[in-house]
Amino acid sequence: MTVISSTKNPEALSLTLVAEFDASPEQVWQIWEDPRQLERWWGPPTWPATFEQFEFEPGGKASYYMTGPDGEKAGGWWRITAVQAPNRLEFDDGFADENGAPVEEIGAGHATVTLEEIDGDRTRMTILSTFESEEQMKKMIDMGMEEGMQEAAGQIDALLSEHSRA
Amino acid sequence: MVVDQHSETEIDRLFQAFSDATRRDIVRRVTVGEYSVSGLAALYAMSFAAVQKHVAVLERASLVTKEKRGREQIVRGNHDGLQKARQLLDEYEAIWRQRVDRIADILAEK
Repeated sequence: MTVISSTKNPEALSLTLVAEFDASPEQVWQIWEDPRQLERWWGPPTWPATFEQFEFEPGGKASYYMTGPDGEKAGGWWRITAVQAPNRLEFDDGFADENGAPVEEIGAGHATVTLEEIDGDRTRMTILSTFESEEQMKKMIDMGMEEGMQEAAGQIDALLSEHSRA
Repeated sequence: MVVDQHSETEIDRLFQAFSDATRRDIVRRVTVGEYSVSGLAALYAMSFAAVQKHVAVLERASLVTKEKRGREQIVRGNHDGLQKARQLLDEYEAIWRQRVDRIADILAEK
């Protein structure tokens, strides 16, 4: 199992998710550090993300948009607050308008990603996600709804590709 | 979808309720035990009226219930309201679980 545990705290609107990967922290760090790799997993398959700006350093900004099946676009941004390769990354993330400018009044969430080496050659990734404002979390979830609906489809695709590889 | 399950107004109230640290603290306390409004007021450096307002916001968001008992107003946690917040977190968790699956797929290619 990739996801080991998740802890939800409804009172504080926070989520802690722990996952383990068969890869080194350096390899897992890469999928955060390299925007081309990040684009492959940040958005759902039907809403792929494109990072237009990506300053991977404390104080740096990233901006991206996700493109929907009918060409509609949903924008987002990160404000990176801590980078300690290959163990810790922190950033605020929020929504952007059609010009890529942050919609400040919606507020931002904050994510803390930690990577630890376990068993010598594996990595435990812990993501602590907190929501700072009201509408923000709802927006976040609405943006991911498409993904929820595509979950079943994705599972079928994965089964088919496993089958063709066998 | 979340938006279909709960009306927009309900969600707005819920997030408004959770956006304040004092209100979050009140919710934490009253989910474990009951408190009177004056009992709560004694815990914070603010007026009784201010605490009463916070309780009213929480009540509108269906996170707490308030009941008169003699001269006291007793505040308790509302299980159903908290369940809703949990549902929203469940949705968000699903997003992250799927991201983690995609990360595992990318790492497996190497």
